[in-house]
Amino acid sequence: MTAAASHYSYWITVLLMVAGLYIVIARGNLVKKLIGLSIFQTSVYLLYIAPGKLIGGTPPILAEGFRLYSNPLPHVLILTAIVVGVATLALGLAIVVRIREAYGSIEEDEILAADRAAERRPAESR
Amino acid sequence: MLIIAVLLTLMAAVAVAVAVQRNLFSVVVLGGIYSFLMATVLVALDAVDVAMTEASVGAGISTVLLLGALYLCGGGEAKPLARPWLPLAVALVIAGALAYGTLGLPAFSDPQAPIHTHVVPRYLSAALAETGVPNVVTAVLASYRGYDTLGETTVVFTAGVGVIALLRRIGRRKKPGRGQ
Repeated sequence: MTAAASHYSYWITVLLMVAGLYIVIARGNLVKKLIGLSIFQTSVYLLYIAPGKLIGGTPPILAEGFRLYSNPLPHVLILTAIVVGVATLALGLAIVVRIREAYGSIEEDEILAADRAAERRPAESR
Repeated sequence: MLIIAVLLTLMAAVAVAVAVQRNLFSVVVLGGIYSFLMATVLVALDAVDVAMTEASVGAGISTVLLLGALYLCGGGEAKPLARPWLPLAVALVIAGALAYGTLGLPAFSDPQAPIHTHVVPRYLSAALAETGVPNVVTAVLASYRGYDTLGETTVVFTAGVGVIALLRRIGRRKKPGRGQ
């Protein structure tokens, strides 16, 4: 097997990871940042699960007549990661809703501008 | 092998579409498509339990949460990018470093890779006798590593309490406003 065929899943994992990272750094919209964070997270799922696959193997459910099973341990770890990931997403979105309530915007530059304006006029409250 | 490669390519295309798309509703829908593609890839990779969780939690609950947040935030279009070149350069440098790092990893589906030889044969050979559960993922999750699952439940509970605490304040603040 050539390097392109044997390492393709790793390269797509890397691409998804940096796509998520790019969205988190470059995009100012807070909802979009959280979606970028989710994409980063799913790339980690792939990083764990893909090496556990054995071609010709079956899912790790023990049965008569099957000898080759894919690796069950990454599956266990990632099951936990998915549930924790959706919990952090829910918490992040709740904070975004609160920020929108306080600032009237979910764009990072507008929030920072509002903060700077508030610092310049400390006597006035928002 | 080929179907995994095709699905992974589709996932990469959807991720790039999420990065360039500015309409937030489209981004959420693309996120749902992305999660379902992920679930399909996971089935192809023999991770059936994870695929089921990803399809229900990743594509279902996450999408509902995001749509709810969009409703509360009144989200329409995200602003266009001002200077995307620095983040793009950072992303490309990290991608290059990580891709170079993958060359030292074992090939896809190599049965001699450390992941398949270290502790897994012990689980696969003894799980049925020790726990009585034929699904090894369930056996590890609920029996061998039961305390980890308890910790996970604690995390989810804490997040739920946090969400309620954050969103309750909105309701309380609005009520006196309506009375005035």
